[in-house]
Amino acid sequence: MNLNSNIPEGPIEQRWTNHKFNMKLINPANKKKFNVIVVGTGLAGASAAASLAELGYKVKSFCMQDSPRRAHSIAAQGGINANKNYPNDGDSTYRLFYDTVKGGDYRSRESNVYRLAEISGSIIDQCVAQGVPFARDYSGYLDNRSFGGAQVSRTFYARGQTGQQLLLGAYSALMKEVGKQTVEMFPRREMLDLVLIDGKARGIIVRNLITGKLESHTADAVVLATGGYGNVYFLSTNAMNSNVTAAWRCHKKGALFANPCFTQIHPTCIPVHGDYQSKLTLMSESLRNDGRVWVPKTKGDTRKPSDIPDSERFYYLEEKYPSFGNLVPRDVASRNAKNVCDDGLGVGSTNLAVYLDFKDAIAKQGKSKITEKYGNLFDMYQRITDASPYKEPMMIYPAIHYTMGGLWVDYNLQSSIPGLFVLGEANFSDHGANRLGASALMQGLADGYFVIPYTIGHYLSEHKLNEVNNDHSAFEDAQRQATNKIERLLSIKGSKTVDDIHKELGLLMWDKCGMARNEAGLKEAIEKIPKIRDDFWKNVNVTGSEGDFNQTLERAGRVADFLEFAELFATDAEHRKESCGGHFREESQTEDGEAKRIDEEYSYVAAWGFEGVGEKPTLNKEKLEFEHCKPTQRSYK
Amino acid sequence: MSSEKTINLTLKVWRQKGPTDAGKFQTIHAKDISVDCSFLEMLDIVNDEMARGDQDPVAFDHDCREGICGMCGAVVNGIAHGPQSETTLCQLHMRKFNNGDTIYVEPFRAKAFPIVKDLVVDRSAFDRIIAKGGFISAKTGGVPDANAIPISKVNSDLAMDAAGCIGCGACVAACPNASAMLFTSAKVSQLAVLPQGAVERTERVLNMVSQMDSEQFGNCSNHYECEAVCPKAIKVENIARMNREYLRASVVSRD
Ligand SMILES: Cc1cc2nc3c(=O)[nH]c(=O)nc-3n(C[C@H](O)[C@H](O)[C@H](O)COP(=O)(O)OP(=O)(O)OC[C@H]3O[C@@H](n4cnc5c(N)ncnc54)[C@H](O)[C@@H]3O)c2cc1C
Ligand code: FES
Repeated sequence: MNLNSNIPEGPIEQRWTNHKFNMKLINPANKKKFNVIVVGTGLAGASAAASLAELGYKVKSFCMQDSPRRAHSIAAQGGINANKNYPNDGDSTYRLFYDTVKGGDYRSRESNVYRLAEISGSIIDQCVAQGVPFARDYSGYLDNRSFGGAQVSRTFYARGQTGQQLLLGAYSALMKEVGKQTVEMFPRREMLDLVLIDGKARGIIVRNLITGKLESHTADAVVLATGGYGNVYFLSTNAMNSNVTAAWRCHKKGALFANPCFTQIHPTCIPVHGDYQSKLTLMSESLRNDGRVWVPKTKGDTRKPSDIPDSERFYYLEEKYPSFGNLVPRDVASRNAKNVCDDGLGVGSTNLAVYLDFKDAIAKQGKSKITEKYGNLFDMYQRITDASPYKEPMMIYPAIHYTMGGLWVDYNLQSSIPGLFVLGEANFSDHGANRLGASALMQGLADGYFVIPYTIGHYLSEHKLNEVNNDHSAFEDAQRQATNKIERLLSIKGSKTVDDIHKELGLLMWDKCGMARNEAGLKEAIEKIPKIRDDFWKNVNVTGSEGDFNQTLERAGRVADFLEFAELFATDAEHRKESCGGHFREESQTEDGEAKRIDEEYSYVAAWGFEGVGEKPTLNKEKLEFEHCKPTQRSYK
Repeated sequence: MSSEKTINLTLKVWRQKGPTDAGKFQTIHAKDISVDCSFLEMLDIVNDEMARGDQDPVAFDHDCREGICGMCGAVVNGIAHGPQSETTLCQLHMRKFNNGDTIYVEPFRAKAFPIVKDLVVDRSAFDRIIAKGGFISAKTGGVPDANAIPISKVNSDLAMDAAGCIGCGACVAACPNASAMLFTSAKVSQLAVLPQGAVERTERVLNMVSQMDSEQFGNCSNHYECEAVCPKAIKVENIARMNREYLRASVVSRD
């Protein structure tokens, strides 16, 4: 397939401006003739639905939760980046662009990232105008902090609840339009299929999660903003209902899936503590600004952390990376935690944890300052673990957190299916092989508030779209297929629960496709995943009925998709024989054990086409050009 | 607080097939529950056993399991979100219970929150209240620079305190009148203390309160049970602020 990324011509600083001018517009009076479906109400979906409705489009918005306000974006803690340079410390569009491309380990598209950096400031303006209560200092102006190792303070935050406040801002904009009846809201709906007519996206099939009924919805364009697929690992920091279903079903209808193996592992999460565990809890990265990471120098040292003197502590990040210390990027911090634990230095009951210690910060800055910065995080930690970080160090371990891969999109955020646009974490676009802290919120809102409102108009004005009804045979076929799948799930009546199989898949993914990967392990995963999938379709037990509020059935459908998707994930990971970003390939490392990229061979986006379940997918490559950020090996020493 | 590693419990869980079903308590024995489990993980274990026995598991809403999405919630031994203050059900851990305890688990009950199934209720009334004015009508684009209008730290902190509401509905469940005053006032307050919110101040409070009244929520008669159960420590002073806003709006409104 010919992958056209539709990157505009001209100098990078002018591309978006020129593109906006060159795109066709739709006359204001005509916009109301177009129907747009937006699936997902996270930062990307809510901002898109609200902005499109403000422009005059007729919008239908869908989410799985009982209210659009509960999308997973709500859980983001740390902050959102922007190029404002309010602290006068040298930030600029160019620097944010450069840092993001470099942070992504040179596996993202320069033009997209430049646009993201360029738009970032407007996001903050928009949020403040909506009443988002960002942190301020005593002057009344906005406060910033440095986040995730950035050398400038460009992160805006609202206590430890930035995602919540940004999402509630976008949600309020959405509800304003719902109140005006320019958006029709469909909560508790799960998208089960995309419907194509004449090769274009013309609607979706959803299941009403309360009644179990399938519904067909038509549109002139479909915007997918359904989040990431981290739950393929079973345990992750994602919300329980996060899934790959919507994206995967679009993939099966022809949308290419790009870089599925690029996942991010967050270094500071509460460690796993029992097999009943349902999810992992993130402790914001901002904690590394003041916390010091260490393990005991000797194996099997079971003394209380406070009894271990400084000279017997291994502050491994500070020692190995003197210039960045505890603030090295996420992938480096995660990998080093794994390494010290693999060396037998891990702490806690499972030996799969390291300390994050605030003793020195409390001594230097005082307890009240630390409470002001991290009070809610400390409380959360204590609620879960029953231990107080004021008195003893936190125990942390890396966990799956974010997925950089996603449906392939061009510069207009359009997938390889005309009329299907993909925003937010669900697309692959801006973070390359590794996302910098506080950049996902920025990207979600950039996509929704400031990109899609322009690019969708261009698409709608360029294509002649016939009117379609939901009794069209394409909708009926899709409904029939969805019904068949549901009936099949309910008829297996085996002896395993959905979670049994999801956990088995998750463990395999974590072991073989996790923080460090190698060829033998990946091949093993590729061989084992279809077996787990077969086991699922033979032995799972899905209780209850179809025409009911049935959470077991919901989970079963999602796990069925994870089981297909996981194979693509492992295939992608196996084919990319280089280390890059969050993806460490053991065969590809430097002499001192750091990740080694292989630019000559892998400087491309791997966009996979679906060929059938269990069939080998086709690989399409979008070559990446770096005119401005010349690839170098990252060094944080 | 419990000191054992695992505990056995007798659950009395509300089971109700749908909004019109009468519903009743079902007794379920939860055995060998690790005290490090969260309440929802305890329900996962119970549900897992039920599924293995081909029984219909207990339906309950949840998503983030970090106390922020507001999706979870049930009345545990008579208290919305259970015995630990400032804690959502998903963050409540079983170490707060003792071996042999009997625990009653019921949905958030209110006329305005019809039961969907078991512990799941329909809280869409909250969304309808927000749709009437819980926003600033700033359209995308065309807004001033974020630092154009300084806001005192005191006010911005006050706004943040109110904005922390997660919309879980515990306040309604706890109120003897099933009033939604704490929820509604949190949003009114957040926007009332910010300069950006001033323009629509009058219509906002009038419209939101009128929607609240039409949703079958009861009146506030100052019991303050809402504040006691709120997992995010939203203060009743927001109600006082909303009452002032309402009074002011009633005087200045041109309608
Ligand atoms: C704990 C945590 C902390 C984080 N902290 C930060 C941070 O500090 N800074 C930062 O920049 N990023 C952070 N991130 C990442 C960031 O929060 C997410 O990447 C981002 O919010 C994703 O937004 P989204 O709009 O793409 O999707 P989401 O917010 O995940 O929304 C997905 C939406 O799609 C809907 N949906 C999904 N599937 C379907 C379906 N099949 N049918 C119908 N609807 C569906 C859901 O209902 C939901 O409305 C964090 C992530 C986590 C997990
Ligand atoms: S599940 Fe999100 S608040 Fe409890």
